[in-house]
Amino acid sequence: MVQKLEYLKESPSQTAGPYVHIGCMPNFSGIEIYGGSDLGRSMKTGPVKGEEITVTGIVHDGMGTPLRDAMIEIWQADAAGLYASANETRGKADPNFTGWGRSPGDPETGEFVFETVKPGRVPFRDGRLMAPHATLWIVARGINIGLQTRMYFEDEAEANAEDPILTRIEHQSRVPTLLARKTGEGAYRFDIHLQGPDETIFFDF
Amino acid sequence: MTENGQNRGYIARDRDRQPDAYTPGYKTSVKRSPQAALLSFPTTLSEETSPVFGHGLIGKLDNDLIHNYAKPGESAIGPRIIVYGRLLDETGRGVPGALLEFWQANAGGRYRHKKEGYIAPLDPNFGGCGRLITGEDGSYEFRTIQPGPYPWPNGPNEWRPAHIHFSVFGHGFAQRLITQMYFEGDPLIPLCPIVGVLKSQQAIDDLTAPLDMNRTLPMDARAYKFDIVLRGRRQTYFENRREGL
Ligand SMILES: [Fe+2]
Repeated sequence: MVQKLEYLKESPSQTAGPYVHIGCMPNFSGIEIYGGSDLGRSMKTGPVKGEEITVTGIVHDGMGTPLRDAMIEIWQADAAGLYASANETRGKADPNFTGWGRSPGDPETGEFVFETVKPGRVPFRDGRLMAPHATLWIVARGINIGLQTRMYFEDEAEANAEDPILTRIEHQSRVPTLLARKTGEGAYRFDIHLQGPDETIFFDF
Repeated sequence: MTENGQNRGYIARDRDRQPDAYTPGYKTSVKRSPQAALLSFPTTLSEETSPVFGHGLIGKLDNDLIHNYAKPGESAIGPRIIVYGRLLDETGRGVPGALLEFWQANAGGRYRHKKEGYIAPLDPNFGGCGRLITGEDGSYEFRTIQPGPYPWPNGPNEWRPAHIHFSVFGHGFAQRLITQMYFEGDPLIPLCPIVGVLKSQQAIDDLTAPLDMNRTLPMDARAYKFDIVLRGRRQTYFENRREGL
């Protein structure tokens, strides 16, 4: 026998289920509470710095059917690459930008929408800059543990080509699943596929 | 942060302790589970930072589901309970200032949701959601009514054990977690395919809250204890010393 390592174990995840919106976006689900506003519906609390963009997309299951009961969260740096986090030590993030949003997906189409800003570049562990990206986290009925992916931008080819994570992905043919496509001025499209030939890359950070 | 800096990132998630994505006993997971392996990377600032939720966000009744949707002077129907515990990380430290959101069915097993068709009635005084911010040592407490079990379409005769859903933030987005709390002694626990995605009895026990008669308020509400553990950060020598652990 040896000494014991005194660590606790992370609580096991369980599915968010079909009614995640009751808990996380109650007003969207028809429960009038918390003064009528759901957390994360707006990522801006005033005029923001940088390029304002709209990101839309749909989460598809393995049959290509849109998920209409998912909840999608986004977490990203501001236009200067700073996080609005208590433990951000590199500077002060844009005070009018929370960096975090939640979208329920449209009840009919499943389309999620984030009104946000194009994120700046954030350093990787070794100091090299990562390409502009946002973290997306997807929960829904049938998803046992929240799925984490990253949204990069197709029109950031130069930064993407030197991104420490994108360049280390073995199957480079899958990298486009992480790229938001520019569809207009300030408009990006980022569809997510849980399964199938276009399956999105999901991470275990 | 450099290799020698204070920030050593989050301890890798122990996937043996977490359910797999593909769990055919829970049928909806079949077409909603990624089939390629997850790509593993150490955490970066993007996962080590997290949104801030101030105490100012929380209203007085947000952690009281018995009253937060009830008409003035009325209250939700059902067995009154207190749910309390601590939010910890894997190193055993409390996680203060973290947002917890929770939701549940009413005492009859019915959710307040347009897509919910169970014949059990709605309780006009019960909304089914609450939230709070953890205290200095990661502790939390809320009041609610004990939810009822409910049937769901998976197998021909499937019933969920009584449960409360929890959504949890930590100090890094890497810690983000959604889970469910079950109640000690519920005979439906071992029958449930969603509980069944858990890989060990230990994992089930970790999500099952015991009755705590010491915390129970006589003539008022029974208490159930539910601690939640989030991923921990790799510690440094100096951090350990400072905390006196
Ligand atoms: Fe449920």
